[in-house]
Amino acid sequence: MAIWIYDKTFEGFLTLVFDCYQKKIFPDRILGYGNVQFSLFQPEYEVLTDEVRAKRVWDGLHKKVSSTNCQMIYYVFLSEIEDIELLLLRYIRKAFGSEESVELNFGDCDVLELLKIDRKVVREAERIRMFVRFQKTKDGIYYASFDPKYNVLPLVTKHFENRFPDQRWIIYDTRRNYGFYYDLKNTSEFKFAESFIDASTGKIDQSIMGTDEQLFQDMWKSYFKSICIKERINPKLHMQMLPKRFWKYLIEKQT
Amino acid sequence: MSNVLKKLEILAGAAKYDVSCASSGSNRSNSGKGLGNASPWGICHSFTEDGRCVSLLKIMFTNYCMYDCAYCLNRRSNDVPRTAFTVKEIVDLTIEFYRRNYIEGLFLSSGVVKSPDHTMSLLIRVAKELRTNHRYNGYIHLKSIPGASTELIREAGLYADRLSVNIEIPSEPNLKMLAPEKDYRSILTPMNSIHQGILVSKEDTRKFRSAPKFVPAGQSTQLIVGATPDTDNQILTLASGLYNHQDLKRVYYSGYIPINTNDSRLPVLSTPPLVRENRLYQSDWLMRFYFFRVDEIVNDRHPNLDLDIDPKLSYAIRNPWMFPVDVNKAPYELILRVPGIGVRSAKLILTSRRYGRISSYQLQKMGVVMKRAKYFITCNELGSSTINEIKPENMKQLFMPKKEIKKKDKHPGQLSFVFPD
Ligand code: SF4
Repeated sequence: MAIWIYDKTFEGFLTLVFDCYQKKIFPDRILGYGNVQFSLFQPEYEVLTDEVRAKRVWDGLHKKVSSTNCQMIYYVFLSEIEDIELLLLRYIRKAFGSEESVELNFGDCDVLELLKIDRKVVREAERIRMFVRFQKTKDGIYYASFDPKYNVLPLVTKHFENRFPDQRWIIYDTRRNYGFYYDLKNTSEFKFAESFIDASTGKIDQSIMGTDEQLFQDMWKSYFKSICIKERINPKLHMQMLPKRFWKYLIEKQT
Repeated sequence: MSNVLKKLEILAGAAKYDVSCASSGSNRSNSGKGLGNASPWGICHSFTEDGRCVSLLKIMFTNYCMYDCAYCLNRRSNDVPRTAFTVKEIVDLTIEFYRRNYIEGLFLSSGVVKSPDHTMSLLIRVAKELRTNHRYNGYIHLKSIPGASTELIREAGLYADRLSVNIEIPSEPNLKMLAPEKDYRSILTPMNSIHQGILVSKEDTRKFRSAPKFVPAGQSTQLIVGATPDTDNQILTLASGLYNHQDLKRVYYSGYIPINTNDSRLPVLSTPPLVRENRLYQSDWLMRFYFFRVDEIVNDRHPNLDLDIDPKLSYAIRNPWMFPVDVNKAPYELILRVPGIGVRSAKLILTSRRYGRISSYQLQKMGVVMKRAKYFITCNELGSSTINEIKPENMKQLFMPKKEIKKKDKHPGQLSFVFPD
C-alpha cells in the first residue's frame, strides 16, 4: 500500500499532486505528519512542499476547470474531513484526464460528493458570519471566539473587513488555536501566547472588558427573550435552526 | 442606560408580532471608513425559541397609540405599560448591537402618536441620523404609518432599505370592522407611492449611476391569517396581485394569535393556526420560485389549502393527467412540479442529463425525495407504480402522517418550517 505524507497545507497538497504525476504513482493513503503514528504502515514517500510545483498544478487546474471549481477544491480541502485528499486527487485526475469539462457531471459520485462537501463548508463559513459575537475590550478591540467544524476562518475575513472597517477586531478559532486580527489596515493571522479567554464560554476576562460591554450583553439577552412569542414556542425547530454546538459562545443562550 | 433596558423589553415585546424578518435584497457597500454593509442575501444572526430568524433589531419607537385595532396588543383600549425611546437611544442601540454582530440592522415601527405624519417623521429622524451622522450602511426597515403623507413616505424611502405597509386583514369589510381608523385607501395609497418611487428611482439610476437609491430592498407587507373568515383563495389571490402589480418583494403571513381575548369581533382560538400559516408560505413559495399560478393552487372549487398535505402534493393529486414526468426529457418547469423535487435538485437533473441518462440512484444522490417522487416520474429503470396506477383518490393516504408517529412527537401539531419539494 502506497502511503504518502505531507504537511497538511493546501500548497503541500498541490505539491503532492505534482509529485504524483511526476512519479506516475497515485498513493492509496495520504496522511499528515501528525497522523503517522496511528498508521500500522510506514509512509513510503514524504512530500516536500514547494511553491513552484504547487503553482504549476494550480495554474493547470485553472485551464481544466472553471475558477468556481478551483475555489471549490480549496474549500473542500478546508473541510479537513478524513481522507479528503483522496477524493480531491480522484477529482483532479478526472479533470486532467478528460477532454471535456467534468464539473457539471453530477451523475459521477466524486463530482457530486465534491459539490456536497463544498456546500457544507460554505454553510459553516456562513455560520461564522451569522453567529460570531464580538465583545468590546477596554482598549477598543472587538473580540470573538469561534469553534467551527471545518477550517473556515480564512474564508470570512474579507466579510468582516468590509463590514467593520473602522473597528479593530479579532476572530479566534478556539478548536485550532489560531485567529485573525484586523488593525484598521491589515488582517493577519496569529496565535495567542497566553489566553485571557474563558474556554467554556468564549468570554473575555472581566479585567479587560470595556465599560459598557456587560450592559450590552445583558440588553441583547433581554431583547432575545422579549421577542419570543410564547404561543409559538417550538423547541425542535429552534434546535434545528440553531444547532446546540453553537450555543456555548452565543450570549443569548448563556444563562 | 438601565432605563433603556426596561424600554427595550417593552418595545421589543410590542414589535414581536410583526413577522417580517428579511434583511436581504439590498446592496450597500461600504466605501471607505463607514460602519457596516448590507449583503444582498441577508444574514440571520440568531433564532428565537419559536424558531424564527433574528436578523434585525425589531422594536417600536413607542407603543402609545391613538388607534384601536382589535387584533393589536398596543391598541388604545388596552391596559399595558407604555413607553417611548428617544431618537438617540435607538441610534445608539442599533450601532452598538451592530458592531457586536448581533444584528444586520434595524426594523422600526411605531404606534401612532399625535398624527400619522408626526409619527412618520420620528422614524425618519432615526434613519437619517444613522445614515448621515454615523455613516451607517447596515439594513434599515421602516414601517410606514397608515395615513402618513406621500412626501414623508418619499423621504423615508431615501434612507430605508425597505418600507412596509401592513395590510393585516385580507378583505376590506373585515378590515373596517377590526380596525375602524384604517381602510384600504390608507394602506394602498402609501403602497402605490412606494411603488412609484421605486420605478422612478430605477429609471434615474439607469441614467445617472449616482442617483440616490430609493428602498433598494423593495417593499413588503403582512397579512394576519385566521382572525377573519377570509379564505386561502382570497389571501393568496391578494398576495399574487401584490407581487404582480405592486412589485412587492415579500408577503408575510402571520397566524392570528389571540391577544385580546375579550373582544367579541374576534374568533376564539386555543392555538394560533400555524399549520395553515405554513401552508400559505409553501404556496407563496410555489408562486415565486416554482412558476405556479395562484389559481392552480387555490380557486373557487378548492378555496382552502389542504392542511394534511403540502400544496404541491395536493396539486399533483388533483392533476394526475400531468404525470408521470420523464426526468430525462421533461422541461425544467415540469420537473419542478414533481413532489419530492426541489429547485436545487431540478437544476442538478438538468445539467447532468447532458452526460447520459439519469438513474433513480443518482436522483436520490441529488437530493430527490424518492419516496414521494417515485409515484410521479419515470426515469431509467424505475419500476414502481405511478399515480395513475395507484389512483389519485388513494394517493393522499400514502402521505398522511402516521398516527403512532404523531404520538411519539413531543410537540404535536408543530411543523418544522419546510417548503414543499
Ligand atoms: S395602528 Fe398599529 S399600533 Fe396602533 S392599534 Fe393599530 S395595529 Fe396597533
